[in-house]
Amino acid sequence: MVPVDHYLWLSLALFTIGVIGVLTRRNVIIILMSIELILNAVNINLVAFSHMFGTVDGQVFAIFVITDAAAEAAVGLGIILAFFRNRETLLADEMDMLKW
Amino acid sequence: MVLNSILFYFFAALAVGSAILMVTRRNVVHGAVYLITTLLATAGVFLLLQAEFLFIVQVILYVGGIMVLFIFVIMLVNLDVSLLQYQFNRQRFVAGVLALALGAQIFLAIKMGQKSLFPQASVPEILPKNTEAVADALFGHFMLPFEIASILLLVAMIGAVVMAKRRV
Repeated sequence: MVPVDHYLWLSLALFTIGVIGVLTRRNVIIILMSIELILNAVNINLVAFSHMFGTVDGQVFAIFVITDAAAEAAVGLGIILAFFRNRETLLADEMDMLKW
Repeated sequence: MVLNSILFYFFAALAVGSAILMVTRRNVVHGAVYLITTLLATAGVFLLLQAEFLFIVQVILYVGGIMVLFIFVIMLVNLDVSLLQYQFNRQRFVAGVLALALGAQIFLAIKMGQKSLFPQASVPEILPKNTEAVADALFGHFMLPFEIASILLLVAMIGAVVMAKRRV
């Protein structure tokens, strides 16, 4: 049987890779995909603890996280489309229209 | 039970490996495909944790819905120019070190709490009828969050339509 903390190590690894992706990449789509990776890492934690305690509450939380991820992806990709239409680029460095 | 462990480590290695490839590849389409691999490996981990409903939600909604949306947008905006540009930003070294420091902090936190947090090595309690149990929780105890989530989805839907419209 796999001990619970191994699930946490897996989740930690995916989370850290996602954070590195968000902080170091320039492409907005890759940044959004890294955020999806982070949310997914959280889901592993929730399901592992749900299994450990023998209830389904953690799985219900994971469903809410997936709902959030779907909403975030829809709005984020809409913003990317609008941004691309205005500036013809996908680089996060160029997103400075609100700066002065 | 041995097979269970082997499958877990296989899925874990697959998830971590393709996640690393996802954040390092230059081509966005390749990144999306690697992310799909990671999500499917995570779905396998869910199945090993006896969360069958979440497994199928992951496959249908994440891989079948969200990632198709991603690839659709990549196809709409994909620039050949972006393949020639440098893919990492200026603060990449500081950012990488800070992210690793964050990871090390969480590592230490789990390591220190390991004895008290996980007193027993994972009770393999098999919950029968996973989907039924999830539905009971979702429509019973978690009714209000469920409704709030549906309002969130409505807002996101309207927001996405407004954002993607040419003229508002």
